[in-house]
Amino acid sequence: MADDLILECKNITKYFGGVCANDGVNLSLKRGEILSVLGENGSGKTTLMNILSGIYFPDEGEVLIKGKPVTIRSPQDAFALGIGMVHQHFKLIKIMTAAENIILGMEGEARLHMAKVEEDVRRVVSEYGFDLDPKAKIYNMSVSQKQTVEIVKVLYRGAEILILDEPTAVLTPQETEKLFDVMRNMKAAGKSVIIITHKLNEVLEISDRVAVLRKGRYIGTVETKDATVESLTEMMVGEKVDLDFGRKEPVSPAARIACKDLTVLSPDGRNALSDISFTANGGEILGIAGISGNGQKELLEAMAGLQPSEHGTVVYYPPEGGEEVLTGKDVNEIRRLGVILSFVPEDRLGMGLVGAMGISDNIALRTYRSGKSFFTNRKIPQQLAGSIVERLEVVTPGLGTPVRRLSGGNVQKVLVGREIMAQPTVLMVAYPVRGLDINSSYTIYHLLNEQKANGAAVICVGEDLDVLIGLCDRILVLAGGRVSGIVDARKVTKEEIGLLMTGVTGTPETPAEEPA
Amino acid sequence: MTGGFHLTKRDGISRGKAVLIRLVAVLLSLIVCGLVIMAITGDNPVEVYAALIDGAVGSKNRLWNTIRSMMLLLIVAVGLTPAFKMRFWNIGAEGQILVGGIAAAGLMIYGGGSLPGAVLIPLILIVSTVSGLLWGLIPAFFKAYFNTNETLFTLMLNYVAIQLTNFAIILWESPKGSNSVGVINQASKAGWFPKLFGANDTMIVLLVLLVTVLMAVYLRYSKQGYEIAVVGESRDTARYAGINVKKVILRTMMISGGICGLAGAIIVCGASHTISTGITGGRGFTAIIVAWMSHFNALAMALVSAFLGFMQQGAIQIATQFGLNENASEIITGIILFFLIGSEFFINYRIGRKGGGKG
Repeated sequence: MADDLILECKNITKYFGGVCANDGVNLSLKRGEILSVLGENGSGKTTLMNILSGIYFPDEGEVLIKGKPVTIRSPQDAFALGIGMVHQHFKLIKIMTAAENIILGMEGEARLHMAKVEEDVRRVVSEYGFDLDPKAKIYNMSVSQKQTVEIVKVLYRGAEILILDEPTAVLTPQETEKLFDVMRNMKAAGKSVIIITHKLNEVLEISDRVAVLRKGRYIGTVETKDATVESLTEMMVGEKVDLDFGRKEPVSPAARIACKDLTVLSPDGRNALSDISFTANGGEILGIAGISGNGQKELLEAMAGLQPSEHGTVVYYPPEGGEEVLTGKDVNEIRRLGVILSFVPEDRLGMGLVGAMGISDNIALRTYRSGKSFFTNRKIPQQLAGSIVERLEVVTPGLGTPVRRLSGGNVQKVLVGREIMAQPTVLMVAYPVRGLDINSSYTIYHLLNEQKANGAAVICVGEDLDVLIGLCDRILVLAGGRVSGIVDARKVTKEEIGLLMTGVTGTPETPAEEPA
Repeated sequence: MTGGFHLTKRDGISRGKAVLIRLVAVLLSLIVCGLVIMAITGDNPVEVYAALIDGAVGSKNRLWNTIRSMMLLLIVAVGLTPAFKMRFWNIGAEGQILVGGIAAAGLMIYGGGSLPGAVLIPLILIVSTVSGLLWGLIPAFFKAYFNTNETLFTLMLNYVAIQLTNFAIILWESPKGSNSVGVINQASKAGWFPKLFGANDTMIVLLVLLVTVLMAVYLRYSKQGYEIAVVGESRDTARYAGINVKKVILRTMMISGGICGLAGAIIVCGASHTISTGITGGRGFTAIIVAWMSHFNALAMALVSAFLGFMQQGAIQIATQFGLNENASEIITGIILFFLIGSEFFINYRIGRKGGGKG
């Protein structure tokens, strides 16, 4: 049996300063198998893969290729051993073609035979069932096509072991299916693939075995056929987790905030949003789906008064009745109208919080203006900070500890806690659980449900469609800065949303009822 | 791979440890200063240190010189603090001091004969502050509305201010042809800070300490001080919180420039009693280091200023006693700053043996 192991890691340990990123990790990969490496953020998956691809050197432990111990000191070494890694962030030169990027940095004859290179690339492409034109320029490509270039690049260079770091994070469900087909072809051709992901459904669908890491430690490897979402979650978290979103029926939803033909320009003068119209209701969660960069950020910022709009309006309907036009007003003017609009932006430490300040001082972002005095009241934020820490179980050495030293989950609890504490009538959150562990994620979901029950209009931009479908009442899909559909989350399928995300227009199968 | 040692960034350091590292740096700088002077003069280091202490605090007069030197450095550092806290690199304190100094000298010359001291001195303080404020407003305006680079802008304005000073010197030349203004109102002492409580420099001390305390309170407890901190850390967060970033930049630079202008008046009325391009004594630049090293803490700034003032005045004594010129003082300041700035590295990084990074 041992001879069909193509790669083995034994007792890999890696420290960063005083932090142990990998603590005695073992891993084995067979020829012609797909292995999922599963773990929460900070569990050491990426560190381990970076060790295999020559970016880091382990402090302890050894790596064996085909049973022989090897030393991987650089990405070149890794390549020579047939290990190729596709990073989450692509490393491509935009103005070059796919084929040019693929051979970039490779040695060859003095004369470059581009036609022959393209021919070779085409052979690889057809062998594994990719969809790629070697002559296409990178800047004309979609995210999924760029990823294809990265994968073909690795295969072209003769990799036997492919490492894919969160490859599906940027893909629609349809693109993910296509990627999985290619991966199955690779497997059939005898290649070994390691896929890093934290989407459990994908793990179950594509992999043969699953290796689980938790907090830098190796927990174990199981056969996928014996695993379930619940069993894998338990391995990842170390305890049983209730995976129910706890969605309730909206109670008397009423229109709370609406966009009418909203158009917003990006800094380079193109339309980031074109003619967006929708209404968010109090007492429900409206999800916003879409491939990232399709106008989600601009939409929330325009509604929050942080981005000027080209035309169209944002209208707020107070619970007491009447309406207020928010367009053309900045954050302060909106606040002075008495609109309690809370916003948890995507960039938590760069926009929502001040990383160098403690929890109290960050709470003060919302409260420091209170009172007529020249001086700011420091007691109010301190008390609120104390209650947030207590209620949301924020782990921190103290209220004055800079928030950037807290873990991602605790940072998000502080931010969401502050925004919720204002008792908003509109709560907008962007990627609220990105980078959070499962328990923190569920804390956040429950807080959103609570706000919904309180009658707030919750708008949640998300990337995990399973979560959006399970948590939201309606889902608005953005494609290319336009609304490509608003669907009922209780009836829609992932595939239907995927089609809308790619901008395949047409009437959605399950149109949501018109807002009141 | 770094020869048996490796560096790791510290997550944080206890206050006591940071203070200890800085104290060691001060001690080392003193030892090296002594060695350097010994190498130059060939004298016994103990004698050199004795001369240093004697020069700085050896007599009432020398003690006052040291205090004045400290206060003049401190007020410039205090003036720079709000701008730096906002991450606005105001390298233009020299110019702002000069502009304030020109205003002070002009009022002394034109108003010295007619206005009583009780009117003249407050008027000088106000006009100098406003001059520095306007001088600081220029780069702030371009930063706020056109996002120009304030480092270059404030630096270049220093040279404009130097030329303005030269113009003023030619205008007020006395005696004619001397290419200097000479001591203004030597006989009448109009516009000179009066003796208070029996000492010449009491007013400088009171003014500087007052401004320092007000600034510490302003930055720590006021709404505007909070806004400065937020803008400094992240403009996007400031915008998100509804802070008018442009307004904060303009307002803060007015305060920063204003205090530096006031420093100019304090130097002219309280110390030099003349105007020349040399009145700043490089404090506009030295104060940058003082403010940074102190992490904008008022007490720390006072201590660092005191230490630098002590060393500079001590060095003057060494220079005369051992037949060195005034450059000796600059060498000593340089050595001290080298060690103090160097100590920041050890506060931010930990050096460990290779493979021993677990601890």
